[in-house]
Amino acid sequence: MADALTISGLDAYYGEVQVLRGFELTLKKGEVLCLLGRNGAGKTTALKSIMGLVSVRAGHIIKDGKDLTKLPAHEVPKTGVAYVPQGRRLFAELTVAENLEIGLMTRGKGDVTRESVLGLFPVLRERLSQRSGTLSGGEQQMLAMARALCIEPDVLLLDEPTEGLMPSMIARIREAVAELRQRGVSTILVEQRVDAVLSLADRVAFIENGQNRETVPVEDVRADPDYVRRYVGVS
Amino acid sequence: MTMPRSTRKDIFLHLAVIAVLLAANYVLPEYHRSVFSRVLVLAVFAMGYNLLFGYTGLLSLGHAMFFAAGMYGAGLPIYHLGWNVPVSFASGIVSGALLALVIGLLALRTTGVAFMIVTMMFAQVGYLTSLFFTTWTRGEEGLVLTPAMRTLDLGGTAISLSEPSLRYLIGWALFSIVLLLSLWLVRSPFGRTLVAIRENEERMRMLGYDTFRAKLSAVVLSGTFCAGAGAAYGILFGYVGSGFASIQYSILPLLWVLAGGAATTLGPLIGTFFMFYIIDYTSGLTSAYLLLVGVALILLILFFPKGLLGTIRERWAKWLP
Repeated sequence: MADALTISGLDAYYGEVQVLRGFELTLKKGEVLCLLGRNGAGKTTALKSIMGLVSVRAGHIIKDGKDLTKLPAHEVPKTGVAYVPQGRRLFAELTVAENLEIGLMTRGKGDVTRESVLGLFPVLRERLSQRSGTLSGGEQQMLAMARALCIEPDVLLLDEPTEGLMPSMIARIREAVAELRQRGVSTILVEQRVDAVLSLADRVAFIENGQNRETVPVEDVRADPDYVRRYVGVS
Repeated sequence: MTMPRSTRKDIFLHLAVIAVLLAANYVLPEYHRSVFSRVLVLAVFAMGYNLLFGYTGLLSLGHAMFFAAGMYGAGLPIYHLGWNVPVSFASGIVSGALLALVIGLLALRTTGVAFMIVTMMFAQVGYLTSLFFTTWTRGEEGLVLTPAMRTLDLGGTAISLSEPSLRYLIGWALFSIVLLLSLWLVRSPFGRTLVAIRENEERMRMLGYDTFRAKLSAVVLSGTFCAGAGAAYGILFGYVGSGFASIQYSILPLLWVLAGGAATTLGPLIGTFFMFYIIDYTSGLTSAYLLLVGVALILLILFFPKGLLGTIRERWAKWLP
Protein backbone atom coordinates (compact mmCIF):
# COMPACT_ATOMS: atom_id res chain seq x y z
CA MET A 1 0.00 0.00 0.00
CA ALA A 2 1.42 3.44 -0.94
CA ASP A 3 1.93 6.17 1.65
CA ALA A 4 -0.63 8.96 2.00
CA LEU A 5 1.48 10.95 4.48
CA THR A 6 4.95 10.52 5.93
CA ILE A 7 6.25 12.30 9.02
CA SER A 8 9.96 12.09 9.80
CA GLY A 9 12.18 13.54 12.53
CA LEU A 10 9.57 16.06 13.64
CA ASP A 11 10.35 18.43 16.55
CA ALA A 12 7.30 20.52 17.55
CA TYR A 13 7.06 23.17 20.25
CA TYR A 14 4.48 25.16 22.20
CA GLY A 15 6.48 28.32 22.83
CA GLU A 16 9.76 27.04 24.24
CA VAL A 17 8.30 23.74 25.43
CA GLN A 18 9.16 20.83 23.15
CA VAL A 19 6.25 18.43 22.73
CA LEU A 20 7.26 16.19 19.82
CA ARG A 21 10.80 14.79 19.70
CA GLY A 22 11.92 13.23 16.45
CA PHE A 23 8.35 12.09 15.79
CA GLU A 24 7.94 9.50 13.03
CA LEU A 25 4.70 8.28 11.44
CA THR A 26 3.57 6.81 8.15
CA LEU A 27 -0.06 6.83 7.06
CA LYS A 28 -0.86 4.38 4.29
CA LYS A 29 -3.45 5.15 1.61
CA GLY A 30 -6.98 4.16 2.58
CA GLU A 31 -6.17 3.04 6.13
CA VAL A 32 -7.41 4.18 9.54
CA LEU A 33 -4.40 4.76 11.78
CA CYS A 34 -5.19 5.35 15.47
CA LEU A 35 -2.91 7.29 17.78
CA LEU A 36 -3.10 5.94 21.30
CA GLY A 37 -1.34 7.23 24.39
CA ARG A 38 -1.75 8.95 27.75
CA ASN A 39 -2.88 12.56 28.12
CA GLY A 40 -0.07 14.91 27.17
CA ALA A 41 1.76 12.29 25.11
CA GLY A 42 1.63 14.50 22.00
CA LYS A 43 -1.25 12.99 19.96
CA THR A 44 -3.14 16.25 19.37
CA THR A 45 0.14 18.11 18.80
CA ALA A 46 0.98 15.63 16.05
CA LEU A 47 -2.30 16.49 14.27
CA LYS A 48 -1.79 20.22 14.79
CA SER A 49 1.75 19.95 13.42
CA ILE A 50 0.40 18.43 10.22
CA MET A 51 -2.00 21.38 9.92
CA GLY A 52 0.78 23.93 10.54
CA LEU A 53 -0.82 25.15 13.76
CA VAL A 54 2.17 24.62 16.04
CA SER A 55 5.78 25.62 15.65
CA VAL A 56 7.79 22.90 13.90
CA ARG A 57 11.55 23.43 14.17
CA ALA A 58 12.85 20.25 12.56
CA GLY A 59 11.61 17.37 10.44
CA HIS A 60 9.36 16.91 7.44
CA ILE A 61 5.73 16.08 6.73
CA ILE A 62 5.51 14.82 3.17
CA LYS A 63 2.27 14.46 1.20
CA ASP A 64 2.26 13.88 -2.54
CA GLY A 65 5.90 14.97 -2.67
CA LYS A 66 5.19 18.28 -0.91
CA ASP A 67 6.64 19.19 2.49
CA LEU A 68 3.70 20.55 4.49
CA THR A 69 6.03 22.13 7.09
CA LYS A 70 7.02 24.67 4.43
CA LEU A 71 3.43 25.83 3.84
CA PRO A 72 1.45 28.46 5.78
CA ALA A 73 -1.44 26.95 7.77
CA HIS A 74 -4.14 28.12 5.35
CA GLU A 75 -2.43 26.35 2.42
CA VAL A 76 -2.39 22.90 4.07
CA PRO A 77 -6.12 22.13 3.55
CA LYS A 78 -5.71 22.92 -0.15
CA THR A 79 -3.37 19.91 -0.40
CA GLY A 80 -6.29 17.67 0.65
CA VAL A 81 -5.79 17.41 4.40
CA ALA A 82 -8.82 18.08 6.62
CA TYR A 83 -8.81 18.39 10.39
CA VAL A 84 -11.71 17.95 12.81
CA PRO A 85 -10.43 19.26 16.13
CA GLN A 86 -11.44 18.13 19.57
CA GLY A 87 -14.47 20.09 20.82
CA ARG A 88 -15.93 20.55 17.28
CA ARG A 89 -15.49 24.33 17.08
CA LEU A 90 -18.32 25.17 14.73
CA PHE A 91 -19.30 28.64 13.63
CA ALA A 92 -22.18 28.82 16.09
CA GLU A 93 -23.83 31.91 14.59
CA LEU A 94 -23.96 30.42 11.10
CA THR A 95 -26.55 27.91 9.94
CA VAL A 96 -25.73 24.30 9.08
CA ALA A 97 -25.90 25.18 5.37
CA GLU A 98 -23.56 28.13 5.81
CA ASN A 99 -21.06 26.03 7.77
CA LEU A 100 -20.99 23.58 4.87
CA GLU A 101 -20.66 26.38 2.31
CA ILE A 102 -17.64 27.75 4.16
CA GLY A 103 -16.02 24.34 3.72
CA LEU A 104 -17.07 24.07 0.08
CA MET A 105 -15.59 27.44 -0.84
CA THR A 106 -12.05 26.19 -0.13
CA ARG A 107 -11.76 23.18 -2.39
CA GLY A 108 -14.92 21.12 -2.86
CA LYS A 109 -16.81 20.43 -6.07
CA GLY A 110 -19.94 22.39 -5.13
CA ASP A 111 -23.25 20.56 -5.11
CA VAL A 112 -21.70 17.17 -5.87
CA THR A 113 -19.54 17.34 -2.74
CA ARG A 114 -22.41 18.76 -0.71
CA GLU A 115 -24.73 15.92 -1.67
CA SER A 116 -22.05 13.34 -1.01
CA VAL A 117 -21.42 14.77 2.48
CA LEU A 118 -25.12 15.01 3.30
CA GLY A 119 -25.48 11.41 2.13
CA LEU A 120 -23.04 10.45 4.86
CA PHE A 121 -24.91 12.44 7.53
CA PRO A 122 -28.58 12.55 6.40
CA VAL A 123 -29.74 14.11 9.68
CA LEU A 124 -28.00 17.36 8.70
CA ARG A 125 -30.24 17.69 5.66
CA GLU A 126 -33.20 18.31 7.98
CA ARG A 127 -31.25 20.97 9.88
CA LEU A 128 -29.83 23.04 7.02
CA SER A 129 -31.45 26.31 8.07
CA GLN A 130 -30.81 25.83 11.80
CA ARG A 131 -28.05 27.77 13.56
CA SER A 132 -25.29 25.29 14.28
CA GLY A 133 -24.91 26.46 17.89
CA THR A 134 -28.36 25.04 18.61
CA LEU A 135 -27.61 21.49 17.40
CA SER A 136 -27.14 18.56 19.79
CA GLY A 137 -23.59 17.44 20.60
CA GLY A 138 -23.77 14.51 18.21
CA GLU A 139 -25.19 16.61 15.40
CA GLN A 140 -22.47 19.19 15.98
CA GLN A 141 -19.83 16.50 15.67
CA MET A 142 -21.41 15.28 12.44
CA LEU A 143 -21.45 18.85 11.12
CA ALA A 144 -17.80 19.35 12.11
CA MET A 145 -16.90 16.20 10.17
CA ALA A 146 -19.18 17.12 7.28
CA ARG A 147 -17.63 20.58 7.00
CA ALA A 148 -14.14 19.09 6.94
CA LEU A 149 -15.23 16.63 4.25
CA CYS A 150 -16.48 19.52 2.10
CA ILE A 151 -12.88 20.17 1.08
CA GLU A 152 -12.80 16.64 -0.44
CA PRO A 153 -9.81 15.48 1.61
CA ASP A 154 -7.81 12.36 0.92
CA VAL A 155 -6.30 12.61 4.41
CA LEU A 156 -8.62 13.18 7.37
CA LEU A 157 -7.42 13.99 10.89
CA LEU A 158 -9.96 13.29 13.64
CA ASP A 159 -9.29 14.32 17.23
CA GLU A 160 -11.49 12.39 19.67
CA PRO A 161 -14.66 12.56 17.56
CA THR A 162 -16.76 10.49 19.97
CA GLU A 163 -15.86 12.38 23.14
CA GLY A 164 -18.92 13.13 25.27
CA LEU A 165 -21.46 11.65 22.85
CA MET A 166 -24.32 9.26 23.54
CA PRO A 167 -23.92 5.64 22.32
CA SER A 168 -26.20 5.99 19.29
CA MET A 169 -24.22 9.00 18.07
CA ILE A 170 -20.93 7.22 18.69
CA ALA A 171 -22.17 4.34 16.52
CA ARG A 172 -23.10 6.81 13.75
CA ILE A 173 -19.70 8.49 13.84
CA ARG A 174 -17.96 5.10 13.70
CA GLU A 175 -20.09 4.11 10.71
CA ALA A 176 -19.08 7.32 8.99
CA VAL A 177 -15.36 6.66 9.58
CA ALA A 178 -15.78 3.14 8.20
CA GLU A 179 -17.68 4.50 5.19
CA LEU A 180 -14.91 7.03 4.52
CA ARG A 181 -12.36 4.22 4.51
CA GLN A 182 -14.49 2.53 1.84
CA ARG A 183 -14.31 5.74 -0.18
CA GLY A 184 -10.50 5.65 0.02
CA VAL A 185 -9.95 8.41 2.58
CA SER A 186 -6.90 7.84 4.78
CA THR A 187 -7.60 8.74 8.41
CA ILE A 188 -5.51 9.49 11.47
CA LEU A 189 -7.74 9.08 14.49
CA VAL A 190 -6.89 10.22 18.00
CA GLU A 191 -9.12 8.27 20.34
CA GLN A 192 -9.16 7.55 24.08
CA ARG A 193 -11.78 4.80 23.83
CA VAL A 194 -9.92 1.55 23.36
CA ASP A 195 -13.04 -0.26 22.09
CA ALA A 196 -13.38 2.34 19.32
CA VAL A 197 -9.73 1.93 18.39
CA LEU A 198 -10.02 -1.84 18.22
CA SER A 199 -13.16 -1.74 16.09
CA LEU A 200 -12.06 0.99 13.64
CA ALA A 201 -8.30 0.92 13.24
CA ASP A 202 -6.16 -0.90 10.70
CA ARG A 203 -3.02 -0.02 12.63
CA VAL A 204 -2.32 1.57 16.00
CA ALA A 205 0.57 3.94 16.80
CA PHE A 206 1.49 4.17 20.48
CA ILE A 207 2.62 7.67 21.43
CA GLU A 208 4.67 8.37 24.53
CA ASN A 209 6.69 11.47 25.53
CA GLY A 210 6.33 13.05 22.12
CA GLN A 211 7.55 10.00 20.21
CA ASN A 212 5.93 7.19 18.27
CA ARG A 213 7.18 4.15 20.23
CA GLU A 214 5.79 1.58 17.82
CA THR A 215 3.14 1.14 15.13
CA VAL A 216 1.48 -2.27 14.99
CA PRO A 217 -1.48 -3.89 13.18
CA VAL A 218 -4.68 -3.78 15.20
CA GLU A 219 -4.82 -7.59 15.28
CA ASP A 220 -1.65 -7.57 17.39
CA VAL A 221 -3.24 -5.13 19.85
CA ARG A 222 -6.36 -7.29 20.09
CA ALA A 223 -4.23 -10.38 20.68
CA ASP A 224 -1.98 -8.80 23.32
CA PRO A 225 -3.72 -6.56 25.92
CA ASP A 226 -0.30 -5.70 27.29
CA TYR A 227 0.12 -3.07 24.53
CA VAL A 228 -2.73 -0.98 25.86
CA ARG A 229 -1.73 -1.59 29.48
CA ARG A 230 1.81 -0.44 28.79
CA TYR A 231 1.09 2.72 26.85
CA VAL A 232 -2.30 3.86 28.12
CA GLY A 233 -2.35 2.38 31.59
CA VAL A 234 -5.70 0.56 31.26
CA SER A 235 -6.56 -2.92 30.14
CA MET B 1 -22.98 30.67 -3.12
CA THR B 2 -26.71 30.86 -2.39
CA MET B 3 -27.46 31.62 1.22
CA PRO B 4 -30.79 30.35 2.47
CA ARG B 5 -31.23 33.12 5.05
CA SER B 6 -31.30 35.81 2.39
CA THR B 7 -35.01 36.52 2.29
CA ARG B 8 -37.29 38.94 0.57
CA LYS B 9 -38.47 40.03 4.01
CA ASP B 10 -35.21 41.69 4.97
CA ILE B 11 -34.78 43.36 1.57
CA PHE B 12 -38.31 44.75 1.89
CA LEU B 13 -37.54 46.03 5.41
CA HIS B 14 -34.43 47.87 4.21
CA LEU B 15 -36.25 49.42 1.27
CA ALA B 16 -39.07 50.47 3.60
CA VAL B 17 -36.62 52.16 5.97
CA ILE B 18 -35.05 53.98 3.02
CA ALA B 19 -38.49 55.09 1.79
CA VAL B 20 -39.54 56.34 5.24
CA LEU B 21 -36.33 58.33 5.55
CA LEU B 22 -36.92 59.86 2.13
CA ALA B 23 -40.45 60.86 3.11
CA ALA B 24 -39.11 62.37 6.35
CA ASN B 25 -37.38 65.06 4.29
CA TYR B 26 -40.77 66.43 3.28
CA VAL B 27 -42.62 66.21 6.59
CA LEU B 28 -40.06 66.91 9.31
CA PRO B 29 -39.78 70.36 10.89
CA GLU B 30 -36.60 72.23 9.95
CA TYR B 31 -34.75 71.47 13.19
CA HIS B 32 -35.35 67.73 13.05
CA ARG B 33 -34.54 67.59 9.37
CA SER B 34 -31.17 69.12 10.19
CA VAL B 35 -30.60 66.54 12.96
CA PHE B 36 -31.64 63.71 10.62
CA SER B 37 -29.18 64.95 7.99
CA ARG B 38 -26.30 64.67 10.44
CA VAL B 39 -27.49 61.33 11.81
CA LEU B 40 -27.73 59.79 8.34
CA VAL B 41 -24.13 60.73 7.56
CA LEU B 42 -22.89 59.63 10.97
CA ALA B 43 -24.82 56.36 10.60
CA VAL B 44 -22.65 55.66 7.55
CA PHE B 45 -19.64 56.12 9.85
CA ALA B 46 -21.24 53.65 12.29
CA MET B 47 -22.03 51.16 9.50
CA GLY B 48 -18.40 51.24 8.43
CA TYR B 49 -17.34 50.63 12.00
CA ASN B 50 -19.89 47.83 12.36
CA LEU B 51 -18.44 45.95 9.41
CA LEU B 52 -15.14 45.59 11.28
CA PHE B 53 -16.36 45.37 14.85
CA GLY B 54 -19.74 43.67 14.53
CA TYR B 55 -19.16 41.29 11.64
CA THR B 56 -15.40 40.65 11.75
CA GLY B 57 -14.99 40.87 15.52
CA LEU B 58 -12.11 43.37 15.43
CA LEU B 59 -12.48 46.04 18.10
CA SER B 60 -10.79 49.20 16.85
CA LEU B 61 -10.40 52.34 18.92
CA GLY B 62 -8.98 54.32 16.05
CA HIS B 63 -11.72 54.79 13.50
CA ALA B 64 -11.68 58.56 13.96
CA MET B 65 -8.56 58.51 11.77
CA PHE B 66 -10.53 57.10 8.82
CA PHE B 67 -13.40 59.55 9.32
CA ALA B 68 -10.89 62.41 9.60
CA ALA B 69 -8.89 61.13 6.61
CA GLY B 70 -12.04 61.38 4.51
CA MET B 71 -12.87 64.78 5.95
CA TYR B 72 -9.39 66.26 5.42
CA GLY B 73 -8.93 64.39 2.14
CA ALA B 74 -11.97 66.23 0.82
CA GLY B 75 -11.80 69.48 2.83
CA LEU B 76 -8.15 70.46 2.31
CA PRO B 77 -8.31 70.38 -1.51
CA ILE B 78 -11.55 72.37 -1.48
CA TYR B 79 -10.14 74.96 0.91
CA HIS B 80 -6.58 75.29 -0.36
CA LEU B 81 -6.73 74.16 -3.99
CA GLY B 82 -10.24 75.12 -4.95
CA TRP B 83 -11.14 71.61 -6.13
CA ASN B 84 -14.78 70.99 -6.99
CA VAL B 85 -17.10 68.94 -4.76
CA PRO B 86 -17.27 65.59 -6.62
CA VAL B 87 -13.50 65.37 -7.10
CA SER B 88 -12.88 66.38 -3.48
CA PHE B 89 -15.40 63.79 -2.25
CA ALA B 90 -13.60 61.09 -4.27
CA SER B 91 -10.27 62.36 -2.92
CA GLY B 92 -11.60 61.95 0.64
CA ILE B 93 -12.69 58.37 -0.01
CA VAL B 94 -9.39 57.43 -1.65
CA SER B 95 -7.45 59.02 1.25
CA GLY B 96 -9.36 56.92 3.77
CA ALA B 97 -9.01 53.72 1.74
CA LEU B 98 -5.24 54.14 1.36
CA LEU B 99 -4.82 54.97 5.03
CA ALA B 100 -6.91 51.92 5.97
CA LEU B 101 -4.73 49.72 3.77
CA VAL B 102 -1.52 50.92 5.45
CA ILE B 103 -2.99 50.81 8.98
CA GLY B 104 -4.47 47.36 8.30
CA LEU B 105 -1.15 45.94 7.11
CA LEU B 106 0.49 47.11 10.33
CA ALA B 107 -2.25 46.75 12.95
CA LEU B 108 -3.42 43.28 11.85
CA ARG B 109 -0.09 41.89 12.95
CA THR B 110 -1.67 42.14 16.41
CA THR B 111 -4.91 40.71 17.81
CA GLY B 112 -7.36 41.37 20.66
CA VAL B 113 -6.44 44.08 23.14
CA ALA B 114 -3.19 44.81 21.30
CA PHE B 115 -5.16 45.56 18.11
CA MET B 116 -7.37 47.95 20.06
CA ILE B 117 -4.38 49.79 21.54
CA VAL B 118 -2.43 49.91 18.28
CA THR B 119 -5.37 51.37 16.35
CA MET B 120 -5.90 53.92 19.13
CA MET B 121 -2.23 54.93 18.97
CA PHE B 122 -2.34 55.32 15.20
CA ALA B 123 -5.45 57.47 15.55
CA GLN B 124 -3.68 59.63 18.14
CA VAL B 125 -0.82 60.08 15.68
CA GLY B 126 -3.39 61.23 13.13
CA TYR B 127 -4.96 63.63 15.61
CA LEU B 128 -1.59 65.11 16.64
CA THR B 129 -0.59 65.39 12.99
CA SER B 130 -3.69 67.45 12.29
CA LEU B 131 -2.67 69.73 15.19
CA PHE B 132 0.99 69.86 14.12
CA PHE B 133 0.23 71.13 10.63
CA THR B 134 -1.83 74.03 11.92
CA THR B 135 -0.84 76.22 8.99
CA TRP B 136 -2.85 73.95 6.74
CA THR B 137 -5.52 72.56 9.06
CA ARG B 138 -5.97 75.41 11.58
CA GLY B 139 -6.04 72.71 14.26
CA GLU B 140 -8.98 72.66 16.65
CA GLU B 141 -10.30 75.89 15.19
CA GLY B 142 -10.67 74.10 11.89
CA LEU B 143 -11.48 75.19 8.37
CA VAL B 144 -14.84 76.63 7.49
CA LEU B 145 -15.89 75.72 3.97
CA THR B 146 -18.03 78.59 2.79
CA PRO B 147 -21.23 77.93 0.79
CA ALA B 148 -19.42 79.22 -2.30
CA MET B 149 -16.79 76.49 -1.93
CA ARG B 150 -19.47 73.83 -1.59
CA THR B 151 -21.40 74.45 -4.74
CA LEU B 152 -22.30 71.73 -7.23
CA ASP B 153 -22.05 72.75 -10.84
CA LEU B 154 -24.69 70.86 -12.82
CA GLY B 155 -24.46 71.85 -16.49
CA GLY B 156 -23.94 75.51 -15.77
CA THR B 157 -26.43 75.60 -12.87
CA ALA B 158 -24.78 76.17 -9.50
CA ILE B 159 -26.50 74.32 -6.65
CA SER B 160 -25.56 75.18 -3.09
CA LEU B 161 -25.05 72.19 -0.78
CA SER B 162 -25.94 74.37 2.18
CA GLU B 163 -29.60 74.18 1.08
CA PRO B 164 -31.24 72.02 3.84
CA SER B 165 -33.39 69.80 1.63
CA LEU B 166 -30.60 69.04 -0.83
CA ARG B 167 -28.20 68.39 2.05
CA TYR B 168 -30.69 65.94 3.52
CA LEU B 169 -31.19 64.18 0.19
CA ILE B 170 -27.45 63.78 -0.36
CA GLY B 171 -27.04 62.38 3.17
CA TRP B 172 -30.01 60.08 2.52
CA ALA B 173 -28.57 58.89 -0.81
CA LEU B 174 -25.19 58.15 0.74
CA PHE B 175 -26.84 56.32 3.64
CA SER B 176 -29.09 54.29 1.31
CA ILE B 177 -26.21 53.21 -0.92
CA VAL B 178 -24.05 52.15 2.04
CA LEU B 179 -26.97 50.39 3.75
CA LEU B 180 -27.81 48.30 0.67
CA LEU B 181 -24.14 47.67 0.06
CA SER B 182 -23.77 46.50 3.68
CA LEU B 183 -26.76 44.18 3.34
CA TRP B 184 -25.34 42.68 0.16
CA LEU B 185 -21.88 42.39 1.70
CA VAL B 186 -22.94 40.61 4.89
CA ARG B 187 -25.12 38.21 2.87
CA SER B 188 -22.31 37.47 0.42
CA PRO B 189 -19.78 34.65 0.80
CA PHE B 190 -17.26 37.29 1.82
CA GLY B 191 -19.58 38.51 4.60
CA ARG B 192 -20.16 34.98 5.90
CA THR B 193 -16.39 34.45 5.80
CA LEU B 194 -15.93 37.50 8.04
CA VAL B 195 -18.51 36.19 10.52
CA ALA B 196 -16.81 32.80 10.54
CA ILE B 197 -13.45 34.49 11.23
CA ARG B 198 -15.09 36.33 14.12
CA GLU B 199 -16.41 33.04 15.45
CA ASN B 200 -13.20 31.05 15.13
CA GLU B 201 -10.24 32.36 13.17
CA GLU B 202 -8.00 29.35 13.71
CA ARG B 203 -10.74 27.05 12.41
CA MET B 204 -10.96 29.15 9.26
CA ARG B 205 -7.23 28.79 8.69
CA MET B 206 -7.67 25.04 9.14
CA LEU B 207 -10.31 25.14 6.40
CA GLY B 208 -7.86 26.81 4.03
CA TYR B 209 -8.72 30.50 4.36
CA ASP B 210 -6.13 33.25 4.28
CA THR B 211 -7.68 35.06 7.24
CA PHE B 212 -5.16 37.92 7.16
CA ARG B 213 -6.23 38.85 3.65
CA ALA B 214 -9.93 38.68 4.57
CA LYS B 215 -9.40 40.84 7.67
CA LEU B 216 -7.33 43.33 5.67
CA SER B 217 -10.16 43.57 3.13
CA ALA B 218 -12.56 44.23 6.01
CA VAL B 219 -10.33 47.00 7.41
CA VAL B 220 -10.07 48.65 4.00
CA LEU B 221 -13.82 48.43 3.34
CA SER B 222 -14.61 49.69 6.82
CA GLY B 223 -12.12 52.55 6.50
CA THR B 224 -13.52 53.45 3.08
CA PHE B 225 -17.10 53.66 4.36
CA CYS B 226 -15.95 55.79 7.31
CA ALA B 227 -13.92 58.04 5.02
CA GLY B 228 -16.97 58.46 2.79
CA ALA B 229 -18.92 59.60 5.83
CA GLY B 230 -16.13 61.99 6.88
CA ALA B 231 -15.85 63.50 3.40
CA ALA B 232 -19.63 63.94 3.17
CA TYR B 233 -19.81 65.45 6.64
CA GLY B 234 -17.14 68.04 5.86
CA ILE B 235 -18.68 68.98 2.52
CA LEU B 236 -22.32 69.03 3.65
CA PHE B 237 -21.85 70.85 6.93
CA GLY B 238 -18.97 73.08 5.86
CA TYR B 239 -16.52 72.41 8.64
CA VAL B 240 -13.29 70.41 8.89
CA GLY B 241 -11.58 70.33 12.29
CA SER B 242 -9.16 68.33 14.41
CA GLY B 243 -11.92 67.49 16.90
CA PHE B 244 -13.19 64.87 14.45
CA ALA B 245 -9.82 63.09 14.61
CA SER B 246 -9.84 62.93 18.43
CA ILE B 247 -10.37 59.82 20.54
CA GLN B 248 -13.99 60.86 21.16
CA TYR B 249 -14.80 60.16 17.52
CA SER B 250 -13.25 56.71 17.81
CA ILE B 251 -15.44 55.86 20.80
CA LEU B 252 -18.68 57.32 19.45
CA PRO B 253 -19.16 54.81 16.57
CA LEU B 254 -18.49 51.98 19.03
CA LEU B 255 -21.20 53.40 21.29
CA TRP B 256 -23.65 53.85 18.41
CA VAL B 257 -23.08 50.30 17.19
CA LEU B 258 -23.39 48.80 20.68
CA ALA B 259 -26.58 50.77 21.38
CA GLY B 260 -28.19 49.78 18.08
CA GLY B 261 -26.91 46.22 17.93
CA ALA B 262 -23.54 44.99 16.68
CA ALA B 263 -23.61 42.81 13.56
CA THR B 264 -27.05 44.06 12.51
CA THR B 265 -27.36 46.10 9.32
CA LEU B 266 -29.87 48.61 10.71
CA GLY B 267 -28.46 48.72 14.26
CA PRO B 268 -25.92 51.50 13.51
CA LEU B 269 -28.72 53.78 12.27
CA ILE B 270 -30.90 53.08 15.30
CA GLY B 271 -27.99 53.47 17.71
CA THR B 272 -26.90 56.76 16.17
CA PHE B 273 -30.46 58.12 16.33
CA PHE B 274 -30.86 56.92 19.90
CA MET B 275 -27.64 58.50 21.15
CA PHE B 276 -28.15 61.72 19.21
CA TYR B 277 -31.67 62.30 20.44
CA ILE B 278 -31.14 61.23 24.02
CA ILE B 279 -28.28 63.71 24.36
CA ASP B 280 -30.31 66.35 22.55
CA TYR B 281 -33.35 65.83 24.76
CA THR B 282 -31.62 65.51 28.15
CA SER B 283 -29.31 68.47 27.51
CA GLY B 284 -32.44 70.60 27.33
CA LEU B 285 -33.51 69.39 30.78
CA THR B 286 -30.40 69.85 32.87
CA SER B 287 -26.73 70.77 32.63
CA ALA B 288 -25.98 67.38 34.24
CA TYR B 289 -27.47 65.66 31.19
CA LEU B 290 -24.64 63.11 30.93
CA LEU B 291 -25.89 61.64 34.19
CA LEU B 292 -29.27 61.01 32.56
CA VAL B 293 -27.61 59.63 29.44
CA GLY B 294 -25.66 57.25 31.70
CA VAL B 295 -28.87 56.05 33.35
CA ALA B 296 -30.45 55.52 29.93
CA LEU B 297 -27.47 53.46 28.82
CA ILE B 298 -27.61 51.35 31.98
CA LEU B 299 -31.30 50.66 31.33
CA LEU B 300 -30.49 49.82 27.72
CA ILE B 301 -27.85 47.31 28.81
CA LEU B 302 -30.24 45.79 31.37
CA PHE B 303 -33.14 45.28 28.98
CA PHE B 304 -31.35 45.12 25.63
CA PRO B 305 -27.96 43.53 26.36
CA LYS B 306 -27.19 43.03 22.68
CA GLY B 307 -28.27 46.52 21.70
CA LEU B 308 -31.76 47.50 20.55
CA LEU B 309 -31.91 45.62 17.27
CA GLY B 310 -29.53 42.87 18.37
CA THR B 311 -31.85 41.94 21.25
CA ILE B 312 -34.96 42.23 19.09
CA ARG B 313 -33.33 39.84 16.63
CA GLU B 314 -32.36 37.42 19.35
CA ARG B 315 -35.79 37.35 21.01
CA TRP B 316 -38.36 38.00 18.35
CA ALA B 317 -37.08 38.39 14.81
CA LYS B 318 -34.32 35.91 14.06
CA TRP B 319 -34.54 36.66 10.33
CA LEU B 320 -33.14 40.18 10.81
CA PRO B 321 -29.75 40.53 9.10
